[in-house]
Amino acid sequence: MSDAIAETTGLPYADAVPGAVVDADEYGIVVNRDKLVEFALHLRNNEGFDYLSSLTAVDYLGFEGRTPEDRFEVVYHLFSTKKGGDGIVLKVRLPENDPQLPSLTLVYPGADLQEREVYDFYGIVFNGHRRLRRIFLWDGFNGYPMRKDWKEAYYEEEHKPYKSRWPKGHYQWAEDRVPWGDNIKYPEGWDPDTFVPPEPPLPIIHEPPADAGHIKTDRIVVNMGPQHPSTHGVFRMIVALDGETIVGLEPECGYLHRNHEKIGERNTWLGNIPFTDRLDYLSSMSNNFGYVLAVEKLMGDRGKPPERAEYLRVIMAELTRICNHMWSVGFLLNDLGAFFTPALYTIEERELILDLFEAVAGSRMMCNYMRFGGVARDVDEEWLQRCRDIVFNRLEKKIDELETYLTNNEILLTRCVGVGYLSPEDAIALSACGPMLRASGVPYDVRRARPYSIYDRFDFNVVTDDGCDVYARYKVRIGEMRESVKILKQALDQIPEGPIMNGKPAYVTRVQKGEAYGAVEGPKGELGFYVVSDGSDNPWRYHIRAPSYINLNTLEPMTIGYKVADSVVILGAIDIVLGETDR
Amino acid sequence: MAIENQVPEELQKNVFLTSVDFLYNWSRKNSLWPMLFGLACCAIEMICTAAGRYDLARFGMEVMRPSPRQCDLMIVSGTVTKKMVPTIVRLYNQMAEPRYVLSMGACATGGGPFKEGYNVVSGIDKFLPVDVYVPGCPPTPEALLYGILKLHEKIQNQSVRTVPWYRKDTPKGITVPELGPDIFLPDRAAEIRQITMKQKPATAVEES
Repeated sequence: MSDAIAETTGLPYADAVPGAVVDADEYGIVVNRDKLVEFALHLRNNEGFDYLSSLTAVDYLGFEGRTPEDRFEVVYHLFSTKKGGDGIVLKVRLPENDPQLPSLTLVYPGADLQEREVYDFYGIVFNGHRRLRRIFLWDGFNGYPMRKDWKEAYYEEEHKPYKSRWPKGHYQWAEDRVPWGDNIKYPEGWDPDTFVPPEPPLPIIHEPPADAGHIKTDRIVVNMGPQHPSTHGVFRMIVALDGETIVGLEPECGYLHRNHEKIGERNTWLGNIPFTDRLDYLSSMSNNFGYVLAVEKLMGDRGKPPERAEYLRVIMAELTRICNHMWSVGFLLNDLGAFFTPALYTIEERELILDLFEAVAGSRMMCNYMRFGGVARDVDEEWLQRCRDIVFNRLEKKIDELETYLTNNEILLTRCVGVGYLSPEDAIALSACGPMLRASGVPYDVRRARPYSIYDRFDFNVVTDDGCDVYARYKVRIGEMRESVKILKQALDQIPEGPIMNGKPAYVTRVQKGEAYGAVEGPKGELGFYVVSDGSDNPWRYHIRAPSYINLNTLEPMTIGYKVADSVVILGAIDIVLGETDR
Repeated sequence: MAIENQVPEELQKNVFLTSVDFLYNWSRKNSLWPMLFGLACCAIEMICTAAGRYDLARFGMEVMRPSPRQCDLMIVSGTVTKKMVPTIVRLYNQMAEPRYVLSMGACATGGGPFKEGYNVVSGIDKFLPVDVYVPGCPPTPEALLYGILKLHEKIQNQSVRTVPWYRKDTPKGITVPELGPDIFLPDRAAEIRQITMKQKPATAVEES
């Protein structure tokens, strides 16, 4: 390593902060952990990398060419919201016996939840983090589950397909193989009688400004969720209230933590596609899209989909965006108290789009439609005609109808305008993405910043709004639906004939050794997949940059100072889906 | 002689004879209130079932209540995680009898595609008594409707003489599991200790 430091002159950005860059490969820059904060500050202030997109870790235990000295690697993906284009990847290598590094939350406040996630899964300690405790699992959980040497109770083999079942298809109940007959594992010598459950978490209190006319009120802590009609699933907020004003909020996730990433490392590359459907279950096509894009980067020429498949992918992704925004607008109204009637109106169009998905993929919600180098099934002329009918004749009328009822509705205005203010600077700093970021007036859209697939061919606008509040988020969603219709019209006009798959469909995907980060602009925001391959049939690491989860960074700053009833609306406008938040 | 014939002829158009069971079950099954309780993907299909196209209101079930005290039916719609189980069991205990559980989808029934996950419970029936299972991932709204109709059938065939909620020996609630290093039932502490202590080195066993 000392040799590498001597040669730093050739390394990117090495001269600005001496001693920070220790190495570089084709995927990223390896940074010395002692200089990480300084180096990140330099990148943010002087190089324009103001947006921390993804933060994750990889456990390289037993990986070829790795030693216990650099077992863990924390990976940062930084982008620029102003310049767009490819970002920069920072890596910090950590030894097995001392996995700690400085927290980046002071440079990029958006690292908050992601650092907690890494701590939860890998036990890597971020010094200086204000609240480093588990977020998906509970305090007291035994071990760090994403480490390669941690085995789940139903552990059978490192990789699928499991030898016991393949190729003859034998199976055995998982329950019959394990000592408890159940998916549970207790550490040696653990005594349930002397076990004391840890204290429940309390939010950090933000003292309101001293005000002479302030009436003295009691301070109480209210728990909302995980079973609450307005939390959009099993999300839990612990809210500290001063009277009716929120002075502290602690998000608590993990009630739907389904271990996507651990299961994803066991699966084959292909076998992960149906799992991505279940991430953001309202927009499965977009999830497929992001994952296949990431893996195709590691496949070279074989990963290049034919023209028709590219068009089909874009059509599906944009239909999904309309579905999702319809749902989100309907349920925002639900949160405002207009229980279910607005949602009935919006679900109507969604059902028609789901029919299209069902016709082509065989399932309404879990489409499992895209493949590496193409899509699974072709569409016929009749399908295209149905699709055109919906896109050209129905959707715009429906959006107009929604706007007639809602956009100037007095109650909606009263409840939404000025609620949940998030300044553009804060939105970028907190790594907000998608409609959240654009409703704060930042025109950052992955489709424009780093065009993927064939998005550079279409004429569409990046919808922004300077309102920075819940109402602006509603308007951005409406505007994005209109832009999606515009893209769909162009795609449906231009879609060529031809094959839908590059080469023959194969069960085993040959993926070269390396790593890739593929991101799409999903309906919720930047949906990224970070995959590491060791050249085998299974991913070494499969990380999902979940927009709903990272957008939750903004929840606490946005709700402090508002009334408790507004917290429901603010959360509704973030548009989280718990399958993706918790993974 | 059939019982209908005991009604005088002039009253036969006004008086109907039936059994208590029939009337009791008929009224219960036609206003079964589900809990507004969604866990995962299946919850979206549950909402679609309640929405305009499939219209759960046709079966007297449009009133979804967020409070367990007002519900008759818990639709476990989605993956049950270990972190969520204590809450689900508490919600079930808070529901008033008669109460029913419908396990919707592969995950709630047996863990589904996520069964091997370290935070996933292999089916809600390890904790709660389930009345109807609906397969699918997620089940289509039609499948859920069919499951609900099957539950209606089950309710219609119950008898007030044998239903558990009028019997004295029926347990009042279900033990709520706790979260330790892994999920555990406090009832089974002795059993757990037997195994965890046995795993320790021999000297430690002598101490205990």
